[in-house]
Amino acid sequence: MAQSSSLSELVRTTFPQWVIATHAYGGNDTVVLKREGLIEAMRFLRDDSRSAFNVLMDLSCVDYLKFGRTPASRPSITTPSPLPYFMTPKPNAQVWERGVGPEYRFEVVYHLYSVQRNHRLRIKVPLTEADPAIDSVTTVWSAANWLEREVWDMFGVRFNGHPNLKRILMYESFQGHALRKDYPAYKRQPLIGPLN
Amino acid sequence: MANNVDVGKLGWTTTRLDQALGWARKFSIFQYPFVTACCGMEYMATACSHYDVDRFGAGFPRFSPRQADVLFVVGTISHKMAPVLKTIFDQMMEPKWVVAFGVCTCTGGFYDNYATVMGIDTIIPVDVYIPGCPPRPENVLDGLMKLQDKIQLGTSAVMLPQGLAARPAELAGPHRPEEHL
Repeated sequence: MAQSSSLSELVRTTFPQWVIATHAYGGNDTVVLKREGLIEAMRFLRDDSRSAFNVLMDLSCVDYLKFGRTPASRPSITTPSPLPYFMTPKPNAQVWERGVGPEYRFEVVYHLYSVQRNHRLRIKVPLTEADPAIDSVTTVWSAANWLEREVWDMFGVRFNGHPNLKRILMYESFQGHALRKDYPAYKRQPLIGPLN
Repeated sequence: MANNVDVGKLGWTTTRLDQALGWARKFSIFQYPFVTACCGMEYMATACSHYDVDRFGAGFPRFSPRQADVLFVVGTISHKMAPVLKTIFDQMMEPKWVVAFGVCTCTGGFYDNYATVMGIDTIIPVDVYIPGCPPRPENVLDGLMKLQDKIQLGTSAVMLPQGLAARPAELAGPHRPEEHL
């Protein structure tokens, strides 16, 4: 629809130096931003009346380390897939372009929603493995406080300016970040009791 | 207690007394429902009127370890929660029994990840295992009746006078066959 892409156009015309790519995967507008312009863009999106995004619905992270190299991330009809047939994406399935190369391992994803205007936007910010740090949006929406703590706990992405960046799901003596693709899922670090 | 004394020398009165004590204990269970997850729904279903647990004398949960004698561990225990569970168990007074309710507490369930304790018998001694995900209330009542048999006999995984070493060597630890490898 012409109206649904106007959000991406609004961001692209206001911040042309920071928008890497835009697309609309599954009917949801998505903007891929550079991390330098994050706070300014988020503040604009919250305060401007055309966008009016007053709710941060979700803040999460994606690890692209094994993307395209495991059957789960690129199933097709011919290659064996862990999914049953009706769940396998078909050959002309909708794909999205990341806008950046594979050296950007993480992508922090923000889902915004506007109550007044009833529209949604997804913001993705790619980060490298060498420097997975980004500005914290707790000054814009205070819901980001615990969401960013979860991303720090599970992925190891630092949020600069966060008032209390500690682990929230795991305990402080846990080594490593659990939802990274190179952390084995079954590796336990018990506080008490035997290892297995 | 009856475990220390030669049975042949016991008089008829003391054996009746032990049986009476076992009968009284098994029909006045004050359980501590340590509920963490979905099994709690089945615990509540068992405790409510349709599958009444009050008819077994276990109608009053005690949410303090000082006042409880059976610890029902209901639901998945994570490694973050494990020290808390051990503290609660240590604070309970003897005689005490432990029921592993649900398959997550028995063996870890379908979880095999960085966060879940693979069976609470790695941390605390367990008397009755009630498997199921979640177990039907009928299964829970069956486990409760098995626990009552144990209470009647005066035995428990915790209270053996020689400690857990009284069991045969191959049963002294949890059943982990791969540890021999």
